[in-house]
Amino acid sequence: MSDSTATTDPSITLYRLQSCPFCERVVRKLHEYDLDYRSRFVEAMHSERDVVKRVSGKRTVPAIADENTGVTMSESANIVDYLDNTYGAEA
Amino acid sequence: MELDFEVVDLDESEHPEEGTEAPDFVRPLVNDEYWEDVALSELTADGPVLLVFYTMDGDFPATYIWNELRDRAWDDDYDVTIVGLSISSPYEHKTFIEEREMDYRLFSDPQNGVAEEYGIVNDLDGMAGISEPRPAVFLMDEERRIQYAWVAQKWPEFPDYDEIQDELDPL
Repeated sequence: MSDSTATTDPSITLYRLQSCPFCERVVRKLHEYDLDYRSRFVEAMHSERDVVKRVSGKRTVPAIADENTGVTMSESANIVDYLDNTYGAEA
Repeated sequence: MELDFEVVDLDESEHPEEGTEAPDFVRPLVNDEYWEDVALSELTADGPVLLVFYTMDGDFPATYIWNELRDRAWDDDYDVTIVGLSISSPYEHKTFIEEREMDYRLFSDPQNGVAEEYGIVNDLDGMAGISEPRPAVFLMDEERRIQYAWVAQKWPEFPDYDEIQDELDPL
């Protein structure tokens, strides 16, 4: 990413389904650490989630891609742990 | 849905309480064949109304709510008219009604003015410029007096269908 876009382009992208509790669990955590993120909303039908598979290797949401660390990850519990370990007080 | 983790808390809502009059409004009311402007008060003139605010006509939360309401088919057993309201366009409502194979009509309110009237606006995180009603259910009588009110305090949160059924029992 070039410097000219770095200021406006969040480095974390969250793939989510509107109002999905597992996704909102991650959103809550992103807010807790005041992290800037871009949301990409997908549909419930797994067959319509190829974009998520291209990013994370799976069609499940939530999934995040973090350009700060190069990490892509699925499953809300894993993502929450990752955010705690990377951006939390312990990090 | 039982979850062992926290989701997003919404701000306090200032919605009309039980015993007060539900605000009247006019919006396009969509059925499986056409839509036309209809006032809420026209529906209540025929008897009690269950007004269901729900998330835009996507396939996840909206489907959960309407599959449940369709399967419970309260209007077969009780004197109540069930109608929905979301920010989806009339075209989307028509498709949604067909896909869900349901008999219920849906108000279309893309500018979300009704949710503003009802004090239940949900500004959507990650979708700039779009707000919609937070999930909410209002049961009202012929005078639009609210008998039962439920408004989501978390995101996501779904109605307590058994509680609504208890409220319908006297009807």
